[in-house]
Amino acid sequence: MMYDFFVDLFGNEIIAAILSGVPPLLFILVFVLFAVWLERKVSAHMQDRLGPMRTGWHGYLQTIADLIKLIQKEDILAAANDKPLFNLAPVLVFAGTYAAFAAIPFSSYYIGSNIDLGIFFIIGISGLVVAGILMAGWSSNNKYSMLGAMRAAAQIISYEIPTILVVLTVVMITRTLNLHTLSEMQTGYIWNWMIFGGPTVGWQKFSLIPLMFIGFLVIYMSTLAEVNRTPFDIPEAESELVSGYHTEYSGMKFAMFFLAEYANMYAVSAIVTALFLGGYQSPIGYFGNLVDVPWLIPIEQFLWFTIKGTFFVFVQMWLRWTLPRLRVDQLMALCWKYLIPIAFVNLIIVGLITVL
Amino acid sequence: MEIADRDEVHPKIIEALLKTDAGLSSDDALENEMILNMGPQHPATHGVLRLVLRLDGETVIACVPELGYLHRGYEKMAENMSYYEFIPHTDRLDYLAPLCNNVAWVLAVEKLAGIQAPPRAQYIRMLISELSRIASHLIAVGSMAMDVGALTVFLWTIREREKILDIWDIICGARFTNSYTRIGGVANDMQPEAKAKVQWFINQFDENLEECEKLLNANRIFIDRLEGVGVISGEDALDLGLTGPSLRGSGVDYDIRRYQPYLFYNEMDFKIPTYTEGDCLARYFVRIDEMRESAKIVKQILDKIPQGDVQANQPKKVLPKKHEVYSKMEELIHDFMIVNFGINPPDGEVYHAVENPKGELGFYFVSKGEGHPWKCKIRSPSFNNLQSVPHLVKGYMVSDVVAIIGSIDPVMGEADK
Repeated sequence: MMYDFFVDLFGNEIIAAILSGVPPLLFILVFVLFAVWLERKVSAHMQDRLGPMRTGWHGYLQTIADLIKLIQKEDILAAANDKPLFNLAPVLVFAGTYAAFAAIPFSSYYIGSNIDLGIFFIIGISGLVVAGILMAGWSSNNKYSMLGAMRAAAQIISYEIPTILVVLTVVMITRTLNLHTLSEMQTGYIWNWMIFGGPTVGWQKFSLIPLMFIGFLVIYMSTLAEVNRTPFDIPEAESELVSGYHTEYSGMKFAMFFLAEYANMYAVSAIVTALFLGGYQSPIGYFGNLVDVPWLIPIEQFLWFTIKGTFFVFVQMWLRWTLPRLRVDQLMALCWKYLIPIAFVNLIIVGLITVL
Repeated sequence: MEIADRDEVHPKIIEALLKTDAGLSSDDALENEMILNMGPQHPATHGVLRLVLRLDGETVIACVPELGYLHRGYEKMAENMSYYEFIPHTDRLDYLAPLCNNVAWVLAVEKLAGIQAPPRAQYIRMLISELSRIASHLIAVGSMAMDVGALTVFLWTIREREKILDIWDIICGARFTNSYTRIGGVANDMQPEAKAKVQWFINQFDENLEECEKLLNANRIFIDRLEGVGVISGEDALDLGLTGPSLRGSGVDYDIRRYQPYLFYNEMDFKIPTYTEGDCLARYFVRIDEMRESAKIVKQILDKIPQGDVQANQPKKVLPKKHEVYSKMEELIHDFMIVNFGINPPDGEVYHAVENPKGELGFYFVSKGEGHPWKCKIRSPSFNNLQSVPHLVKGYMVSDVVAIIGSIDPVMGEADK
């Protein structure tokens, strides 16, 4: 564990706690740089364009150039803004996302904090994002921002219900909320992943597979809505609400929202991965085991986790550049009329199977 | 009639619009109506359209469009320049289909002055009109999809339109503001390579249009967003003066190409697509079908286009060719007279309308026998179509407003004139 490693290294728990927050932050920054570039390339190639090509090889330095531009930009504060809230909001949004990374198991050694309530903590701390978005919308004193913030709050809170129901489904089988343990349970090969029924055996496993697939689809859709991506991007629908809650932001504060959005995309992909797709476990065994080099295994695990998470981020981008966005009422109808009942029925059936 | 000036009218409009305080803060916690000012700078208002919306939550209670942010006084300008000089200005009306406007203007002037363009010129005019109809509808469909959130379709339709711009480049040397038509014909003949390029474009167009359609027609979200949104009945549409695809989406098959044929449209075989639903989806389907019909017309034109002159032989009305101006006395005199004094059509009034991509574009002239019109009125389809927006958006949500504007497809250059 990372925290134990730092405690051993420095012999001070406070320093260790602070230091174990650094690797996830580094990961977020690097990942966001990559994801923004990927988003541009994915959108460009879907639209018969090339995307950025000039800054670096295939434009891979474009995001860094953009970041430099954003840092240099004037930080505009309108006279009518509620300044304390306006300044606090982007920090809060990013803090909520960043805090979620604390409990995400990147590999068996690379986990910010191995708490027993891992998944519960992530879902709870993500609530900070809603508060931040509401603050941003309100303090901007702009009607479009306000509408966007209201939409965001309604949407995120609604879609947390199916997410939690599916998480409960998984937890009922694994009997743990600790994401590290949950990932360890899915060790071995691809058929031990939760989407294939997890570590259960016999008829239970076969009856769980379709249910797990349903659960997987439900949680993927609802996490998509929680991070405000198309087709659920109504809080920042640029053709309706200009930019939604971050219309009034510029410079680094805007960059904070941007950072939080992309970090959030990875966070939800990581949750889906950890719950259903074996977390950091390799589907085909480890090279480290093969050549008998044990320290290779955590690195491989980290790679697998990153690949799985990035794949889901890619799917999110794919959807974004393909689908139109839903209307507010349709979005709510999808959640309350379809996803929640399906998730509930799924939960009950899985519950019965695990009891039997 | 008493003429009210803007300073008097404007406060009245605003007062009538708002009635309540527009601020976010409200003393009464249960007061939930809000005034939202959409535009003139807003990504979905297709230029500088301003809509003042009165919202209850997200539902639109009332809407007042305010136009005129792009007003350039074209009708007045036309009174101060010759009929020839105004042709470039027609490009700037509906800038997504500039050639249609060129054709409309010269047809109206020819009707006034009694000029008959040679058949080849008329076929070329028909060809460029149909190509610009396709170009305009491609943008309309793409931007409508973009308004509901599907960004990729827009780029795909832009790609198709780009090919049409290339064709225009070959035909008349300009991609965007073409000013190609002349009174009594067109500026220059269409080259064989232009014809080949049109042929190539038409052959591959169906396939590429299908590709764009596939992304939308089978898309549940797209259909859900447009179906039953912004419904208008045929009678209401006629009352409000809707024309073009917006009217045909409501089940009225009014198309000037069929009802008052101009050029050689009476010889062409084409259908007028109509849908009876009258919602945004119907208007979208009408545009898609119309593109197919236009492609069909273009094919027929390519088969039938005759050889011959492209300018009428009426020296007093039609500008002579440049090389003749430099080498022949007679042509020099005519050129001097037409450029300086205009073509002096006889006294009278004339109204001529054509079917533009957006609807009926008509020019009304009152001539006093001078080189410039005494009065010019532009009946622009976007302006009249926008009249229906308050009627259409009532009771729908903010998200529907952008879809409805997209389905009406206004071009503000034309609406504000």
